[in-house]
Amino acid sequence: MPGSCSPLRFPYPLLHLHPPPSALFHSLPSPLLHFPHPPFHHFPHPPYTAPLRLNNVSVAGQTQKMNLFQSITSALDNTLSRDPTAVIFGEDVAFGGVFRCTVGLRDKYGKDRVFNTPLCEQGIVGFGIGVAVTGATAIAEIQFADYIFPAFDQIVNEAAKYRYRSGDLFNCGSLTIRAPWGCVGHGGLYHSQSPEAFFAHCPGIKVVIPRSPLQAKGLLLSCIEDKNPCIFFEPKILYRAAVEQVPVEPYYIPLSQAEVLQEGSDVTLVAWGTQVHVIREVATMAQEKLGVSCEVIDLKTILPWDTEAVCKVNRMLENHFSPHVSGSLSPLLASIGPWNLVGIIFVCVIFLCHSMVTVLSNYRWVKTFVTWLIC
Amino acid sequence: MHRTRCVRVTPVVLRGGDMSESDALPPHLVLSSPQRVLRQQQEFTSLEEKPQFPGASADFVDKLDFIQPNVISGIPIYRVMDRQGQIINPDEDPQVSARRWQDCGVEPRSHLLHPTHAGLSSGLCPTAGHTAGQDAPSSGPISPAPCTNPSPATLPAAVGAAYAFKRDNASRAVICYFGEGAASEGDAHAGFNFAATLECPILFFCRNNGYAISTPTSEQYRGDGIAARGPGYGIMSIRVDGNDVLAVYNATREARRRAIAENQPFLIEAMTYRIGHHSTSDDSSAYRSVDEVNYWDKQDHPISRLRHHMVGRGWWDEEQEKSWRKKSRKRVMEAFEQAERKLKPSPQHLFSDVYCEMPSHLQKQQEALARHLRLYGEHYPLEHFEK
Repeated sequence: MPGSCSPLRFPYPLLHLHPPPSALFHSLPSPLLHFPHPPFHHFPHPPYTAPLRLNNVSVAGQTQKMNLFQSITSALDNTLSRDPTAVIFGEDVAFGGVFRCTVGLRDKYGKDRVFNTPLCEQGIVGFGIGVAVTGATAIAEIQFADYIFPAFDQIVNEAAKYRYRSGDLFNCGSLTIRAPWGCVGHGGLYHSQSPEAFFAHCPGIKVVIPRSPLQAKGLLLSCIEDKNPCIFFEPKILYRAAVEQVPVEPYYIPLSQAEVLQEGSDVTLVAWGTQVHVIREVATMAQEKLGVSCEVIDLKTILPWDTEAVCKVNRMLENHFSPHVSGSLSPLLASIGPWNLVGIIFVCVIFLCHSMVTVLSNYRWVKTFVTWLIC
Repeated sequence: MHRTRCVRVTPVVLRGGDMSESDALPPHLVLSSPQRVLRQQQEFTSLEEKPQFPGASADFVDKLDFIQPNVISGIPIYRVMDRQGQIINPDEDPQVSARRWQDCGVEPRSHLLHPTHAGLSSGLCPTAGHTAGQDAPSSGPISPAPCTNPSPATLPAAVGAAYAFKRDNASRAVICYFGEGAASEGDAHAGFNFAATLECPILFFCRNNGYAISTPTSEQYRGDGIAARGPGYGIMSIRVDGNDVLAVYNATREARRRAIAENQPFLIEAMTYRIGHHSTSDDSSAYRSVDEVNYWDKQDHPISRLRHHMVGRGWWDEEQEKSWRKKSRKRVMEAFEQAERKLKPSPQHLFSDVYCEMPSHLQKQQEALARHLRLYGEHYPLEHFEK
C-alpha cells in the first residue's frame, strides 16, 4: 500500500549455534582456568592455561584464587607498595572503580595516591604524561576503551612522541593507561569497543591485551615497569568470568612475546584477549570434525608485536573483535610468517549489540572457512 | 513535628601557608593573609529554606535574571610603570637592582628579549634552594621541559608534573606558557580543571597578544579574555600589563610563592600585542593594518618602556645602547652562520628514541634504509646529512 512503511527488518541473518553449546562444555577436560558462571551460550568453552612458567622456571610462591579484576587489583597493590611514587587516577577509581579494579587501594595507600579526576579523558592522559615526565609512576584508568578517543591526541601526539622529540632528554615511560576492553553482550555502541587497531599504527607506545587473570597480572606489571608508555586493555567480559590461581607476589610476563598455546601443522590461528578462548574451541572443533591440525597463538602484545613468533604453516587465520574494515592487523601479522605466505584470511567476529552470537562458534561457518583455507 | 536532619553548607575560611624567609618580599608588597574558602557541612532543620545542593554554595533568589557577562569593563590590568617607564605607585616598586636581573640570567639590555619573559624569569628566579619547572640539563635555575611550541596539549602535562612535585614535598612549582588561542583548546580546559580539583602548585601564564596567527581575539572568544575564566574553575586569577616588566615580575613572584605555600593554581593573563608576524611564513599585513602595528611598535613598545625606566635610574645611556646593539647583531649573525654550516642529523636517527630500546621491527626498518641508501644514495642529498 503506498505510503505505508515496510516492517522493520533486521539486516543480518541471525546465526544459530550448532551443535548445542552445553555438549561442548561438558566434554572437555577439567581446566585450570574455569568460568564459574558461564551465562554466555556463545562462549561456553572454559579456557585452559598451562602452569605459568617464565624463562622455564615455574612461578612459585603463594597463590590465591582470583578473577581478572582481582588480579588487576593485586598487580596495582604490588606496585603501590613497592613504588612510593606510583599513583592511580581516573574516573571513580577512589571508591574502587566501576569494575572493582581499585577496591581497597585508597584506604590502604592514601587519597593522594589513589584519586578521582574530573570527567575528562584528555585531561586524565595529559595529567598522567606530566606525572610520568617527572619520573613518578602514573597509572591512568580510562573507564571504558570506548572513551579513549578524547585522549587520542594526548596518546599519539604527546605520549608516543615525548622521548623521540626530545632526543631522549625526556620521556613519559612510566605512564600506563588501563581500560576495560571488548564486547560484553549488552554494552551497546559505547561499552563494547576494541580500539587496539587505532593505536597499533602509532610508534612510541605499547599496546597489550591479556587473555586471563594470570596473564593480566604479569603483563600489567610488565607494562608498569616498562620504560615506554603502555596501553593495557582488559577484556571486561572476563573480569568476573575468568578465575585462576594467581601468585600473590609480583611476577612479570615479558612484553612483545607471543605464546603458542597449542602446536599444529595445518593452519595457524592468531588472536588476543577474549578471542583466544574462542579460537581454542575452534581448534578443537576443527581437529574433531575436519581433521585439521591448528596451531593456536596468543599475540598478547599488539604493538610492538612479536616478529619472531614462529608460523610453521603458510596459512594463517587471524581473528579479532573489531569491525572488519581495517580492523585487522594482518598487514603487520604478515611479517610473522614466511615471506612467501600464500594467503591470509581475515575472519571478523561480528558482535551484534543485541545479539550474542559468534561466527566462529557456528560449525557451518568454521567448516566453510577452514575447508576453503586448506583447499 | 518530626525534625528532619538536614545539612547546610557554610563557608569556612582557612589560612594559607606562611612565607618562607628566603622568599621575603618588601613588606609593602605582602598581601593580606591568603585565604581559601572551603565548604563545611553543619546540621540544621528542614524548616529553614536554605539550598542544600552539593553542587554549589549559594542562596536562593526569586527574581528571574540572567547574569550579564561584563566585557566592556573587564578585569582590571595591573601595572607598575606608565608608558614612559615611570613607577606609578611607589609601594609597588619591587626595587630590583640591575645586578639582580643579571643574576637571573636576564639581559635587560637585549633588544630581543620580551619583557614578559624577562619579568617571568626574574619572578621565578629562586633564592636558595627553590627551583621552578622540571628537571632538565640547564645552566640556569629555571629548568624548561620540552614543549612542542607553546602547545596547549602540554597544559595538562604541566598539571601532572605539578602534582608530582607536590607529592614530593619539593617546594617546586610549574609554570606553563600559552597564548590566548591555545586557551581555546580542550586541553586548556582540562588543565585548568585538573589543577583546581587536584590542588596543584602551578602557574598558568597566558600571553594574550591579540592574534592567533590571523585570528583576532574577537573571533577567539566572547568573554572577558582568559583571566575571567579562572574564577569559573576556582582558580586565583590576575590580569597584568604584559608590556610592563615590573608588573609581570611582581605578579609572577607572588603567584609562585603562594602556589607552593598553598598548593593551588594561579592564572596570570599578560596583555600585550604581537608586533611581528606570526612566523617567517606569515605576512600579517593581509589581516591587520600597518597603522595598528606602528602604534604598538613606536608608542607603546615594551622594550622602550623598560629602557626609559633604566635610563631614569641611571643604569643605561645612549652610548651603551649603541654598543650593545652592535654586539647583539654580531652575536646573532655568528650564531646564524654557525647553524647554517651544521649538517643535518643522520637518517639513522629516524629510528632511535622512538622507544627506550629499539624494537626488532624498527631495527629491520633501519637496516632496510641503510641498504637502500647504499644502493641509491646518489639520488639523495646525503652530503647535507651527518653519516
